[in-house]
Amino acid sequence: MRAWLRQHRQALGAALRRLSRPAGLASALVIGIALSLPAGGYALLESLRGVAGRLTLEPEISLFLAPEAKRAEVEALGARLKADRRLTAVRFVPRDQALRELAAEPGLAEVIAALGRNPLPDAFIVSGKENRTVEALAADLGKLPGVAHVQSDTLWARRLASLAAIGELGLWLLATLLGGALIAVTFNTIRLQILTQRDEIEVSKLIGATDAFIRRPFYYFGLLQGLAGGLVALCIVGAALALLNREVRALAESYGSGFNLSFLAVGEAGAAVLFAGLLGWLGAQLSVSRHLKQIEPR
Amino acid sequence: MVSFSAVAKRYPGGKEALKDVSFALQSGELAFLTGRTGAGKSTLLKLIPAIERPSAGSVIVNGQNVGALKRSAIPYLRRNLGLVFQGQKLLYDRSAFDNVMLPLAFSGHGPREAARRVRAALDKVGLLERERSNPIQLSGGEQQRLAIARAVVNRPALLVADEPTANLDAESAARILDIFVAFNQVGVTVLIATHDQGLVERYGKRELRLDQGRIALDQRRGA
Repeated sequence: MRAWLRQHRQALGAALRRLSRPAGLASALVIGIALSLPAGGYALLESLRGVAGRLTLEPEISLFLAPEAKRAEVEALGARLKADRRLTAVRFVPRDQALRELAAEPGLAEVIAALGRNPLPDAFIVSGKENRTVEALAADLGKLPGVAHVQSDTLWARRLASLAAIGELGLWLLATLLGGALIAVTFNTIRLQILTQRDEIEVSKLIGATDAFIRRPFYYFGLLQGLAGGLVALCIVGAALALLNREVRALAESYGSGFNLSFLAVGEAGAAVLFAGLLGWLGAQLSVSRHLKQIEPR
Repeated sequence: MVSFSAVAKRYPGGKEALKDVSFALQSGELAFLTGRTGAGKSTLLKLIPAIERPSAGSVIVNGQNVGALKRSAIPYLRRNLGLVFQGQKLLYDRSAFDNVMLPLAFSGHGPREAARRVRAALDKVGLLERERSNPIQLSGGEQQRLAIARAVVNRPALLVADEPTANLDAESAARILDIFVAFNQVGVTVLIATHDQGLVERYGKRELRLDQGRIALDQRRGA
């Protein structure tokens, strides 16, 4: 057991020494730059999704009531909507609350103060179950007594949702391609290492090294190179976001918003690094099983 | 210790390197394998650590049928053998000490015990004071002795050497042979391939002579 641990420590040490050479560092850098593209894209998309999350992507229908509607009428309508099985959520927005929300929007407070009275009606905001039938549903709901006006934001919501989906798909394609590149880079660096260590491998086989013993440093190297590449990618993304944020913040401030681009969550960043390590290990595995067989003592 | 029975080896392409070779090497014996270049000496030696497999017949080493050994079992067979092959196969990117250390990397010895064994092996071949040297700085005879140190550091029961005195002057060659004889005297079984008939006659041990892949002579001389 102790001998086994010592062998692993030695293999890890050998892998670390190889990685710290200029060639090893350069490969880790290449991997890092490649991976920073999908990782950065993901951070951007998540930041934008944060904004879009406030604009809900579920189809919402706003039912504006007649300004003169009585309290009893409003309650009857509310009960009827809650009983409607086509709806997933029903939320009542009293006109006073709507006014308060509007006043909280930057730049509108002065306008509302100038109006003197509340021009807004009571409203129900309901969500439909399905995107496709929402227009028919809206037309249906418009016929209910007490409803003065119906508005559905489906087009806007649908466009945003499909843009987000395109962005996500694009990122997945990019991540898949560059993950493949990571495997290829590792495959090749390890092929070169095996070639330069041909003599050592041959001698080791001659004096009784098992295949596992010979492969171990290469596996560790692939894993470490992937992990290092992942860390480099995170550093690049962090630096790029910090740079972008200076401008983004200035822009957002001019709109009265505190929006900025956020870095990956700790769990996501960790998962990205681990995944890069896993791909590196896979590249090593492929390379070693292909190239070590060709070296046998003669 | 080693026993060949009716062994034949055909290489792909049809060249028959060994034909119907049978002999047995007792534990503690020292034997010379002689014959002209191309007689099959190297092929015969390569069958012992399963570098090559016999086409027919059986090769038994330490009670194991080497020809039928699974690939995964070969490393464990080789750890019990001391091999000194042509071209020495030393590593020139590390010191003499580290070259000898190589077989101990996977033998499970602690670092202190391993270092002690390396020094003991270097001492036996007279290279203790050269442990820091790179093999490239050593003479041909010294390199050959270094290869022997690497072969014996695991204290194998069987030592196999292919032309260990090739390209060496008479004095260096004699020194190498003396080292093998010394190991044999402490109980190690030794098989040495050589085309130097003079050496064989001087040491007066058992001689196995190969001629065109067959055993042409199996003779014990009184020493």
